[in-house]
Amino acid sequence: MTSPLLSLQGLTKAYPGVVANSNVSFDIATGQVHALLGENGAGKSTLVKMIYGLVQPDNGVMLLNGQPYAPAEPRAARADGIAMVFQHFSLFDALNVAENIALGMERPPAMRDLAARIREVSETYGLPLDPYRTVGDLSAGERQRVEIIRCLLQDPKLLIMDEPTSVLTPQEVDILFETLRKLKSEGTAILYISHKLEEIRALCDHATVLRLGENVGECIPAETSARDMAELMVGSTLQPPERAERDLGEVALDISGLSVPAPGEFGTSLNNLHMTVRQGEVLGIGGVAGNGQDELLGVLSGEILTLPEAVRLNGQAVGNLGPTARRRLGLLTAPEERLGHAAAPDMTLTENAMLTGSVRRRLESRGFLRWRDARGFAEKIIQDFDVRTPGPENAARSLSGGNLQKFVIGREVLQDPQVLVVNQPTWGVDASAAAAIRQAILDLAAHGAAVVCISQDLDELMEISDRFAALNEGRLSTPRDTAGLTIDEIGLMMGGAHGMEVAHV
Amino acid sequence: MDLSSINPVLLVASLMVAATPILLAAIGELVVEKAGVLNLGVEGMMITGAICGFAIAVETGSPWLGFAGAAIGGAALSLLFVLLTQVALANQVASGLALTLFGLGLSALLGQGYVGIKPPPTPRLDIPFLSDLPGLGPVLFGHDLILYLGIALVAAVWAMLKYSRAGLILRAVGESHDAAHALGYKVVRIRIMAILFGGACAGLGGAYISLVRVPQWTEGMTAGVGWIALALVVFASWKPWRVLLGAYLFGGITVLQLNLQAAGVAIPVEYLAMSPYLITILVLVILSKDKSNAPASLGKIFHASH
Repeated sequence: MTSPLLSLQGLTKAYPGVVANSNVSFDIATGQVHALLGENGAGKSTLVKMIYGLVQPDNGVMLLNGQPYAPAEPRAARADGIAMVFQHFSLFDALNVAENIALGMERPPAMRDLAARIREVSETYGLPLDPYRTVGDLSAGERQRVEIIRCLLQDPKLLIMDEPTSVLTPQEVDILFETLRKLKSEGTAILYISHKLEEIRALCDHATVLRLGENVGECIPAETSARDMAELMVGSTLQPPERAERDLGEVALDISGLSVPAPGEFGTSLNNLHMTVRQGEVLGIGGVAGNGQDELLGVLSGEILTLPEAVRLNGQAVGNLGPTARRRLGLLTAPEERLGHAAAPDMTLTENAMLTGSVRRRLESRGFLRWRDARGFAEKIIQDFDVRTPGPENAARSLSGGNLQKFVIGREVLQDPQVLVVNQPTWGVDASAAAAIRQAILDLAAHGAAVVCISQDLDELMEISDRFAALNEGRLSTPRDTAGLTIDEIGLMMGGAHGMEVAHV
Repeated sequence: MDLSSINPVLLVASLMVAATPILLAAIGELVVEKAGVLNLGVEGMMITGAICGFAIAVETGSPWLGFAGAAIGGAALSLLFVLLTQVALANQVASGLALTLFGLGLSALLGQGYVGIKPPPTPRLDIPFLSDLPGLGPVLFGHDLILYLGIALVAAVWAMLKYSRAGLILRAVGESHDAAHALGYKVVRIRIMAILFGGACAGLGGAYISLVRVPQWTEGMTAGVGWIALALVVFASWKPWRVLLGAYLFGGITVLQLNLQAAGVAIPVEYLAMSPYLITILVLVILSKDKSNAPASLGKIFHASH
């Protein structure tokens, strides 16, 4: 192999109280798709931020084409041909596509020329985009195209992609991979961050695995099994969730003819939804974000009120009841957004336990709060669900994403729900925590609760749900048994690829 | 009641004068808010500008130096807001209110020796022939330069926000400071410049009251104009031309109701006095029905935690 494009040597970065990267070294060759693997908190993000100039390393050097490379800011990194597609999109909702792209360029041409170039590049790579649309109106897949095209317009030598497929349908993933392979054939190196192992096996030439900030191994993904890579990431053997045999009981949740107008400017309306969930059953609802998931959760939790008969719980019409009344009846929900929706960021875990648990755990009497019991409840959640925190008096904000998610799910599970609705239960959660959460959901169903799991992670839905339905533009497909469902059928249920086409190679 | 005593030409000419302080303060605040900062200290910066401008104009005998001093004074006070909110990361609402209270007190202190003095007159534009045109002359060509500067600023801000790269970056910072930071833009530096611009504009607006509109100094003479400017920015949906419209509407009804009072219209004075506020807000609320597009990061504290 010739000399590498980018060589990292002994990079170290410490934040107060935590070493994010410790002595990390690896090389990326020209035209190589290099995977960076690791659990949440393994230091992947910090590492790429150093390459992109957002963070300066404490120690170690980077060499770009053999020359010392130390970008002081992203601008310098871009000037050296390094581009990055962010995990949480760095887009401006109120601006249009062309303006967003201009903001990511050093010397953007006049708007009209830029719009023409956007059209040209987007069609060459099979990612059609209208430069004058407002970004706030775009789907997640389209937003990602904006980011990718912003990078492509700068002719990058190295493209960094941070979890690019987490918001795409399977068909959109295929098209993205075609685009990436085309880039690779043109000599662009790609640093691909993900914890979806099958994708990495399909796409990447080489993988570096990080654990707790250290480089714990490298492998050729095509020649390594997903299981081996996962164990390298986690550092221990993984237990897949076990599904106990169970008999389905009565219909616990019944939604019929549910229609709700879009609640906000960027919301989705729900059209004529029908579904039933029986006791002991897990219904998985897939679909790309922004197709009505948040609205469906709102309808089920009682944040969005409907006609009473549209939502029935054990035969009782509850569509017009608010969240507290529904909790009393046994319908509990855990929303997607951990900080600010599922939990109040600046309140302690005890206070957060009180917020949803007060009704079913009898944490209040005659208007007075029973803090000792609430603390006990929080401690029970922390213990039963292995939440890593010094204690229940810590603010929710101080927990890592995975730990807070375990707390949020545990809080609902321990309230003995009859129907539990979860949205994205393992989003941004590392493999071992995700396995624990899935196991808890399955155990709950085994005890006779009905569970609705809304998720964009299809592997997860296939693993835990008995039946699968897809939300697409506010419509729900007919639920089908998961056994025997192929990924192509699921993709079609999800609405296929939204106007994408394969790159014209 | 004698409505014929109201001269429409004089009315339009004087409404432009009445509107200019609000216009100047509001266009400055619009830029500040577009950058994602909510500075509630407009009133304080205006009154500080009013006394700085007045004092310097009296001491030097030049109204132009007075206006320059007013802009510097307003910007200097806004520097305090910068320290509080951009450096110490204090809450913007509380800091802005503090700035207003501080500005009112500071201006009263500075202005102790200036009560009852007349400032040097600000010369008006006098273009031979054009300024003497009947009707159009006094309305279009008979004002002082600062009034034209106000209108020019509206046009300049509009063009900058819409067409220039600097304007695009400013809007980006106001929309999502985290995304702007991730792209490598200097969020704090851009916001500081916007706040200073807003302070200078508010100072100019204040000096326009003490040097042109009222020509004298009294304590607390801005009398809530800064708050009107703040409200105007919101009701104008952060659009420069609507700020101009709102300011002229407010100025116009203020002048008109004074004329009506003088003409002895049989409406209680209190109703007439509240009419500018009611009508301006009503009109702008109806106009802004399309979409409320507040900058998404407005009032949020930015901390580069990377």
